[in-house]
Amino acid sequence: MLVHTLFFYIFSFIAILSAIMVTVSKNTVHSVLFLILDFITISCLFIMIGAEFLGMIMLIVYVGAVAVLFLFVVMMLNVAQQKKEWFSSNESSKHIPVGVLISIIIFFELTVVIGGWKFKPDIVSPMSLPLNLDITNTHSIGSVLYTDYIHLFQLSGMILLVAMVGAIVLTFRERSGLKRQSYFAQISRERSDSVKLMDVPSKKGVDIDG
Amino acid sequence: MFDYLNIIFLETYKILFLLVPVLVSVAMIVWLDRRVWAFVQKRRGPNVVGPFGLFQSLADALKYLFKEIIIPASANKIIFILAPIITMTLALIGWAVIPFGENFVVADINVGILYLFAVSSLSVYGIIMGGWASNSKYPFLGAIRSAAQMVSYEVSIGVIIINVLLCAGSLNLKDIVIAQENMWFIIPLFPMFVIFFISALAETNRPPFDLPEAEAELVAGYQTEYSGMMYAMFWLGEYANILLMCALGSILFLGGWLAPIEIFPFNFIPDFVWLIFKILFLFILFALVKAIVPRYRYDQLMKLGWKIFLPMSLIWVVLTASYLFYFNLLPGN
Repeated sequence: MLVHTLFFYIFSFIAILSAIMVTVSKNTVHSVLFLILDFITISCLFIMIGAEFLGMIMLIVYVGAVAVLFLFVVMMLNVAQQKKEWFSSNESSKHIPVGVLISIIIFFELTVVIGGWKFKPDIVSPMSLPLNLDITNTHSIGSVLYTDYIHLFQLSGMILLVAMVGAIVLTFRERSGLKRQSYFAQISRERSDSVKLMDVPSKKGVDIDG
Repeated sequence: MFDYLNIIFLETYKILFLLVPVLVSVAMIVWLDRRVWAFVQKRRGPNVVGPFGLFQSLADALKYLFKEIIIPASANKIIFILAPIITMTLALIGWAVIPFGENFVVADINVGILYLFAVSSLSVYGIIMGGWASNSKYPFLGAIRSAAQMVSYEVSIGVIIINVLLCAGSLNLKDIVIAQENMWFIIPLFPMFVIFFISALAETNRPPFDLPEAEAELVAGYQTEYSGMMYAMFWLGEYANILLMCALGSILFLGGWLAPIEIFPFNFIPDFVWLIFKILFLFILFALVKAIVPRYRYDQLMKLGWKIFLPMSLIWVVLTASYLFYFNLLPGN
């Protein structure tokens, strides 16, 4: 158990430290990299409590896909420059109260959640749940997710689909004058369509347009 | 406390026993790649250093080791140094879950296939970080290309893996191999094997999809500013990744360590040799593709990934699931 505790403290220390570094570090790309480190350590913590499926899905979805896009956007937009300009301009003073308000609301929500958990620790005790050690985590999640919660599962899938279609529609703009490659047209071209052999009479030439 | 030390020593021994052969075979595989490439083009390839030129990679490694490491003045130093280390590490940790035999695996975990998928999806970070930290145009362009390419092809690899999982009924790599005892998955899922192979080419930035380092347009892509041992680490990481993808392909489709037929001369050969044969077979295919096929254009690459491979593999998931359900062949029933 000693090593387990040691690892737990190491991972939590790295997680908290990198979470702080996300907000503190000046370079935005460094912030995103610390965020990625945070995700990875959190998934290590998931694996340590035996939720290996959640940990791996966290790695694949958040680190493998979402954070890549974050990094992409931050690198392309040169956010650091914009942030510096924004803080020195008058415009920023209008937005700061809103930000403070939102952070106060989030803080109170967190206190409520933590307080509720503190005062009602026995709502669902982990020991009261039936545990079947023969089946793996993945099987047990699947057997609940696709039976009892199938409608919620499909609903969340539909919401994601709608969000995806919306994002594509918002960013799509039709450009005119584009030449598109058509594989079918290219492959189905025959010699007879494109090449014609002609006898050219001397000093008269041929009318190629006709 | 003594127990813990014992466990640590035992695990370290196992890891070394796995990693040293992997690293040596990476060096050998570079030689094999160049020989196959030369063979297709009727050249001789590296044949001077050692018997058949076998020590060429070692000579190259020695050369890289003695070269100066140049860090550009405007580079972001920490990330610049971190990038090749991450590439190399990620290429090596994936080997932990590869089963070489029934009881011949370092970490036999329940979600082995997800672990491999996660490791291969993380490997894009080495490239992005290297490209960004170089603070130079060509590496940055190469890194962005590579990120887009790897994220796109991961999607189709994920869907293909779902096909295999439907047939095997487990996320454990060992169980996936054992599920192929009667029939390798390449037979019912042949179209998926083809798509997996092509996606693996794109995922490991191999020709014809080596656009991140397209030397005709981008000098050397994300590796442009790297020199000496750091360049060599990118290079080794790339080849270790290719081998890992070959291993994944042979476990998912070619029956892992299983012999093709369970009769005398075949089942006499030890398990891990079969897996190595299969990895080598896939790798030689990789090398042949490099020698034969010209490079793709970037929009063609994206079109292939999103408009052809993704719909095809999704349709195949529906087909596989319906077939298994209709004929009551679902594993676990």
